Amino acid sequence: MMERALPPSRFGQWFNTSGWRTIIIAAPYLWLTAFFFLPFLIVLAISLASNAGTSPPFQFAAEAPYVHADNFRRLISDDLFFRAYIASILNAGLTTALCLLIGYPMALALTRFSRSVRNILLMLVILPFWTSFLLRIYAWIGLMGANSWFNKGLTALYNLITPDAYALRFIPMMNTSFAVVLVMVYCYLPFMILPLYANLEKLDMTLNEAAMDLGSRPFQVFKDVTLPLSVPGIIAGGLLVFIPASGELVIPSLVGNSSTPLIGRVISDQFSYARDWPMAAAVAIALLVLLVGPMMAYTHFESRAQRRPGDDA
Amino acid sequence: MNRRPVFLLTVLAFGFAFFYVPILSMIIYSFNRSRLATVWGGFSLDWYGKLFHNRQIIDAALLSLEIALVSATLATILGTMAGIALARFRHFRGRTLFSGFITAPLIMPEVITGISMLMLFILMANWIGWPEKRGFMTVTIAHITFSMTYVATIVQARLSSTDHSVEEAAMDLGAKPWQVLRDVTLPIIAPAIGSGWLLALTISLDDVVISSFTTGPGSTTLPILIWSKVKLGVTPDINALASLIILIVTVAVIAAGVIMARADRKREADIQRAIKDNG
Amino acid sequence: MMEERARQAEDGAGFIRIENVSKSFGSFKAVDEVSLSISKGELFALLGGSGCGKTTLLRMLAGFETPDAGRIFIDGQDMAGVAPYDRPVNMMFQSYALFPHMTVEGNIGYGLKYEAMSDAERKDRVREMLELVQLTPLAGRKPHQISGGQRQRVALARALARQPKLLLLDEPLGALDKKLREHTQFELMNIQYKTGVTFVVVTHDQEEAMTLANRIAVMDKGVVRQIGSPTEIYENPKSRFVADFIGSINRFAAAIVYVKDGIAVLDCAELGQPLQARAEDGFEPGMRVTAAVRPEKITISRERPEAGNVLSAVVHDLGYFGKDSLYRLQLPTGKMISASVVNTRRAGENERIAQWDDAVFLAFDPASVILLRD
Repeated sequence: MMERALPPSRFGQWFNTSGWRTIIIAAPYLWLTAFFFLPFLIVLAISLASNAGTSPPFQFAAEAPYVHADNFRRLISDDLFFRAYIASILNAGLTTALCLLIGYPMALALTRFSRSVRNILLMLVILPFWTSFLLRIYAWIGLMGANSWFNKGLTALYNLITPDAYALRFIPMMNTSFAVVLVMVYCYLPFMILPLYANLEKLDMTLNEAAMDLGSRPFQVFKDVTLPLSVPGIIAGGLLVFIPASGELVIPSLVGNSSTPLIGRVISDQFSYARDWPMAAAVAIALLVLLVGPMMAYTHFESRAQRRPGDDA
Repeated sequence: MNRRPVFLLTVLAFGFAFFYVPILSMIIYSFNRSRLATVWGGFSLDWYGKLFHNRQIIDAALLSLEIALVSATLATILGTMAGIALARFRHFRGRTLFSGFITAPLIMPEVITGISMLMLFILMANWIGWPEKRGFMTVTIAHITFSMTYVATIVQARLSSTDHSVEEAAMDLGAKPWQVLRDVTLPIIAPAIGSGWLLALTISLDDVVISSFTTGPGSTTLPILIWSKVKLGVTPDINALASLIILIVTVAVIAAGVIMARADRKREADIQRAIKDNG
Repeated sequence: MMEERARQAEDGAGFIRIENVSKSFGSFKAVDEVSLSISKGELFALLGGSGCGKTTLLRMLAGFETPDAGRIFIDGQDMAGVAPYDRPVNMMFQSYALFPHMTVEGNIGYGLKYEAMSDAERKDRVREMLELVQLTPLAGRKPHQISGGQRQRVALARALARQPKLLLLDEPLGALDKKLREHTQFELMNIQYKTGVTFVVVTHDQEEAMTLANRIAVMDKGVVRQIGSPTEIYENPKSRFVADFIGSINRFAAAIVYVKDGIAVLDCAELGQPLQARAEDGFEPGMRVTAAVRPEKITISRERPEAGNVLSAVVHDLGYFGKDSLYRLQLPTGKMISASVVNTRRAGENERIAQWDDAVFLAFDPASVILLRD
């Protein structure tokens, strides 16, 4: 190609030598600094300020060091926050455990099909993920209601196997913690299946054959070979479920029980209704700190998994 | 040797039932004549008809689509740049921080992202008078910010799995680095850029938490509208809307799948033919 | 059944019997009515190109594939319906299939994990195996921390730890580089000798099969073409396929004119002159045959030598390989012949026996000519 046909302008020259590189790095860097890092620093700063009747509603202390940790102290002393953290972590933990329990056999089953069948089944797993998140919640609201065919069916089944004295007109499912976990499992299950499948699919089937050749029965092969080798997939899937689940806002607001607010709801309420920006910021920062541990574990495992093939002796 | 244990297949079958029974039930009830969303009153298409006369829903859908198209496109441009920078530029100042910026939004709970952006917008409005009001602009900025990190991750993964020697070959043949990027690298990662754009579009269309924090009065996206309606309970028109959206998404996903499978098969056939020609 | 076992215990023949075994994948016949008998303590090789059925046969012995027809006996026991984990058979996988999350010691001991034996016995056995393959110092390493040759030895030790009646080796030297192969070959034979376990090796490499095995079965398209010792297979191939597959060979279409005193005189248009060959029983005048001579059986000289078969030729091309040289020679009829000459003397480039375009004589003994029925 004749690049020299046109005399390059000064900008053109700069661009061709080093400018293109600078632009490629700088544009996303500046954008993320302005709209991701700066907001994060603002939240961090506000979490160290006091609530005030001003606009915006926060104020730094008048004298050095201008900041204080009162908000974080309140996190521990105030029962509301403490209980919300515990409830959220239990909730996210239960969701993650159930997703693993259902998702692992599903992912393992997917690897046992021929390539073409597998692609179709995989598409069936991903399809709900592409449909709207809200509508998936909505679909369950339709099923859980007292008058739905699903609830009626379950009630009939329940009444069939329990004594008449305990007979129910319907099973109360909506607005319970059960509903929250059920819908969270429903929404987050693909996030568990996909990384697990990606991990399991890469496992060398001859390792299974080798274990069997060495005298192990199918379940022993699973326990000794497949399970330990899929730990990175379990961790990846677990974090992909646990992290968003811990801050989930929409699902509890639609199907949950408002008497035990979860942490996402607390942050949102402190901000919108109580107009206590510093407290909302402190709750958010504390949640992030709680999540840093698992995140570090994740990056640790990922980098270890990537280092593997390279460090051959 | 039992290659497909019954237990695994049973769980798989139940899993798929778990995935699809609620959705199918919702679709069936969208054809329900009854006003009571959970009682069957005969077949009807009324709710679909009413949907197209509901200005509120149509406006919200159009706004969502606009935001999604603009934010996905800009996020793809910025995210591709970031992906290339991370995969191909080994050394530049602040690289570690930069890669942190790319991964952190992916693992940040949405509530926190939403609130931090809202705080930023309010403070900026106070200090420099911009943005004057929240709406299309602020939601789009928020969507670009978290979508671009997804695009960057996809592009980076694609680039680090492609053979760097192709680019070295181009340089060896006299192309300057910038020309290598344009003539070799970008065409190679085009499929990744395409899927990044699709993902960004979907994320934007689906987002409710971050949008609801960063939007302002008068700018209601479709997910926000649905959220507020669903809070009040199940209604047949939402059933119809949901079924319509699911239909569109399903057709799009299946079409994309078929196109990709066909391209794969063609490639496979080409390779086979080439081998035969040689033999 | 009991008498059969007793009989086998006597001479060890028929320790492994494969009887009319067939296996198809879809319309592809991978193994077609194969029958083999392998003695106890033998080092037996299944040799053939890719897709010849050797790996399928191996996997049927291990129990990973079920024969469509036919039966397999190991030490008199019918293997039909016996799962891989219940067979007295262990395998060394081509990729070694070492468990990446276990140490060398863990890998070697894995096969004993579910055996009924005490921990002390288990430990002893692992130590013994580590010593056998000389890996004791590396017992605590993970597979990705040791070299390819060491991994191969771990795989071998792991398969031997259960003291199998039969050890299957799938391309045991395939993943090693050339230098390491020779060394490992002898080590493998040594270990086989020490342990006395019956080895069945699958390989596509004829040199590997010839140096390792006592007996070789040459396979092609799911069928066993010839079974015999390496010498038999090389010097007395029974078919054109085996003659071509093992080493290189010059072939001429010919017809037998007469047979006298065990020497057949053949009419051979490609040579432009009659050819003498030693004929076994069953070769009659008038038969159309293929006469074949290996390149190293042909000598090259400047003066006409005394020999059963002498041809004149012109050097068309030559390749120097160090220990020997390969000549491509053209006969007056245009036919090309290969001959290899061992470089017994240290000589410069100008002192070779013959140079490009030199006219030379080729000579070979009638006993060196192999007659193959078409």
